[in-house]
Amino acid sequence: MMPDGLDGPRGAAAAPAEAHDADAQPIVNVSRRAFLLGLGAGALVLAVAPALAADPPRRYGGDGMPGGLKDDPRLFVAIAADGTVTILNHRAEMGQGVRTSVPMIIADELEADWARVQVRQAPGDETKYGNQNTDGSRSIRHNFEPLRRAGAAARQMLIAAAAASWKVPAAEIVAEQHVLTHAGSGRRAGYGEFAAAAAALPVPSGEALKLKQPAQFRYIGKGRIGGIDNRDIVSGKAQYGIDTRVPGMVYAVVARPPVYGGRVKRHDAAAALKVPGVLKVLPLDGAPIPSAFFPLGGVAVVAENTWAAIEGRKALQIEWDHGPNAGYDSQRYRAALETASRAEGQLVYERGATYAELAKAERKIAVEYYVPHLAHAPMEPPAAVVRADADGAEAWACVQAPQATRALLAGLLKLPEERVTIHQTLLGGGFGRKSKPDFVAEAAVLSRALDGKPVKLTWTREDDIVNDYFHTVSLERIEAAVDAAGKPLAWLHRSAAPSIASLFGPDPKHQRDFELGQGLTDLATAVPHYRVENPEAPAHTRIGWFRSVYNIPHAFATQSAVAELAHAAGRDPKDFLLDFIGPARTIDPVSMKTPNYGEDPARYPLDAGRLRRVAEVAAQGAGWGRTLPRGKGLGIAAHRSFVSYVAVVVEVEVGDDGTLSIPRVDIAVDCGPQVNPERVRSQMEGAVIQGLGLAATGEIRFAEGRAVQSNFHDYLLPRIDAAPRAIHVHAVGADDYARPLGGVGEPGLPPVAPALTNAIFAATGQRIRSLPIGRQLAGWRDAGKADG
Amino acid sequence: MVTLTVNGREQRFDGNPEMPLLWYLRDVLGLTGAKYGCGMALCGVCTIHLDGVAMRACVTPVAAAEGRQVTTIEGLSPDASHPVQQAWTELNVAQCGYCQCGQIMQAASLLKDKPKPTDADIDAAMVGNLCRCGTYTRIRAAIHLAVEKSGGGA
Repeated sequence: MMPDGLDGPRGAAAAPAEAHDADAQPIVNVSRRAFLLGLGAGALVLAVAPALAADPPRRYGGDGMPGGLKDDPRLFVAIAADGTVTILNHRAEMGQGVRTSVPMIIADELEADWARVQVRQAPGDETKYGNQNTDGSRSIRHNFEPLRRAGAAARQMLIAAAAASWKVPAAEIVAEQHVLTHAGSGRRAGYGEFAAAAAALPVPSGEALKLKQPAQFRYIGKGRIGGIDNRDIVSGKAQYGIDTRVPGMVYAVVARPPVYGGRVKRHDAAAALKVPGVLKVLPLDGAPIPSAFFPLGGVAVVAENTWAAIEGRKALQIEWDHGPNAGYDSQRYRAALETASRAEGQLVYERGATYAELAKAERKIAVEYYVPHLAHAPMEPPAAVVRADADGAEAWACVQAPQATRALLAGLLKLPEERVTIHQTLLGGGFGRKSKPDFVAEAAVLSRALDGKPVKLTWTREDDIVNDYFHTVSLERIEAAVDAAGKPLAWLHRSAAPSIASLFGPDPKHQRDFELGQGLTDLATAVPHYRVENPEAPAHTRIGWFRSVYNIPHAFATQSAVAELAHAAGRDPKDFLLDFIGPARTIDPVSMKTPNYGEDPARYPLDAGRLRRVAEVAAQGAGWGRTLPRGKGLGIAAHRSFVSYVAVVVEVEVGDDGTLSIPRVDIAVDCGPQVNPERVRSQMEGAVIQGLGLAATGEIRFAEGRAVQSNFHDYLLPRIDAAPRAIHVHAVGADDYARPLGGVGEPGLPPVAPALTNAIFAATGQRIRSLPIGRQLAGWRDAGKADG
Repeated sequence: MVTLTVNGREQRFDGNPEMPLLWYLRDVLGLTGAKYGCGMALCGVCTIHLDGVAMRACVTPVAAAEGRQVTTIEGLSPDASHPVQQAWTELNVAQCGYCQCGQIMQAASLLKDKPKPTDADIDAAMVGNLCRCGTYTRIRAAIHLAVEKSGGGA
């Protein structure tokens, strides 16, 4: 989102400005001309726009996003003479179900028969289709209302065309399931019959536009429509970026600097060129730090097939200059964060007199939590096909942000955007990784170097993990106290984590507002004395947004500390959590200066009542309070993120050897009205499993500047045997259309890890403060005895 | 020269017989249903059937398929009608869907061996197939549903 008065770039430079949240501090490439010189050192000039912390944005939600929102039915709906309705989906499908949910909204208002609806994917073009940057849990939240308008307008245009032809009042014509009916005259016609006439009519808007009442919804909120791509997926026909095949294409892999900021000193391609099938070895320019979405550089191997390219790369001889991050070491970095967080840090927010109250308090805790770097590791690694010559470029890519991709390619190839086409494929998982189109840029540069030969560029799993845009690493220190009645009194939270802003400009070494606004400055808590500090944390690798982003460490720390303080006070964790949240009320986000995910503070206040409610529903669903034997336990956590409210209760069973099994998880979600409850449920199930997995085994460590882990043997993801026996998703407020919509893709994740570690404490008395859990629980029964 | 049968059609390959079957299927034959995920038999998204048994195509050389029957997801059924495919569709198992061809091939192989698997059998058979979206609880349910669709394991 660009602030008023600043020239919002729509060129290659626009990509960084579209960081994860609309409220991200705007980062503007001030010199597109400089950028157009190419990738050489110093060509990329980035600058940070003035902070607007005290000046809330005037446009909220989708209206504040680049490209805005579109509701013109002529963009999204086409009706053929045979009645087939084709609906354009302009958001990226990565498993969240948007290719089903977007068309469902339009089809419902249009009164189309779902069996006669086809879905087509829009190319990247935000000027035409409005914002397409699929992240931040925004697709349905922002597009529900404009897409309803588009569908309703199309319906009314069909009715108007029929009314003109039949010479009857439009108000007497009913559109239902692909059929127009006039009861008075007994006339009936299919949608196809009036499609052409309707297309020539003006688009109704304002008061002339008649939306359905929610009670009239046929598909929205019903959960009866299966995934539009289900059949293609189960038969192997679904096309992901890596599946693209273009006549005459060649295959490439790239050897990239293993350390961020490194570069090739010299390379020898002789042995690689002898590998059968290898066609060419080409050096690839890289951007200096901060590299934003630009390639890291290295040496590319181009071959007749992927395997030959991989084998050729193995034979490359490369000497690297590892650059300024060669000393990055996770153990030492953690120690530095601990030191930083034990002294007063930059003040972010305070109410009350936290230090004074903590000093006086008798019952208090001082605890530190650590959450390591994580890699996204979507099952489909980054991959793209690009054909780029002097006249234009065409890409087929699994990207979350097709417009950012288009702008990036246009800038790199010095082409007007109109000559760059981005075909959006399915994404085999995204999780934030595929918002960064660096891999498409690599393919584009190579295709151009090969005189326009199409190039399929594949990241191997090792590439994906070693050169990821990593989830941040974080040390969270909390000092907190209860009053004489055992209620939360004072809370000091110091959060030290490198910022995503370091990817786009000079390293701020402190979290930015949009990061602090993910679980710190937007906390609905009744603690009277609350203070947030932000100690220094420099970045030494590419930091990028990962599903739920800074909510992961912030919620892990806060929701763990709530349970720890409850224990210190001798209170039930669920009752204490409700006291921590406080009575049902709304808090003005402006009063905490939180960016509120770019949403209108009046429509989306911090609602303590909704947070309480999900906690109560999850607790009730799980049978909170039941007695469990030692080794088994329940844990609870609740968190608001992406303007939705989620609470989780995990039931854990800890084996004698410290292994975990999860009989049951209850997750309650209030994301406002649910367009596609089936997909909301599957997003929550997936968040539970991903959250349990990152808590149990998720970790990327760095040594000598590079990621230690490289594939699924050492970067451990949850497998089916680690999945809960049952996940119960409880929908709260799912049909309350008086509320605005919240996010779905991300809000499920943050409360999962702390609910698990809180359950482990209940089961074993062992408190996990450092993720991943790994083997920390081995021998817990003996440890428990030693503790008495 | 390697001679093998892929989805019922005989194929001859005169390239490097050490090439993993995965890249032969994807890059040479253009069958993209078997996916690349790790290249080390760690994730199972490349799962195919070799003479009816689930195998990881990413570590199986083309030479190992000499004279044998290779079945990919494209050849599991002509019209997505295999009970496992039907169950996957009905329960909306897929989120992003990328791993699901491998999951389905693994599950189909399991049901050949054990027509009525328990949850423990399912976990043991499917543990090599990763899903980053977290669809495992639905995968278990869908395998049980596929058993019902096949006539209760009869």
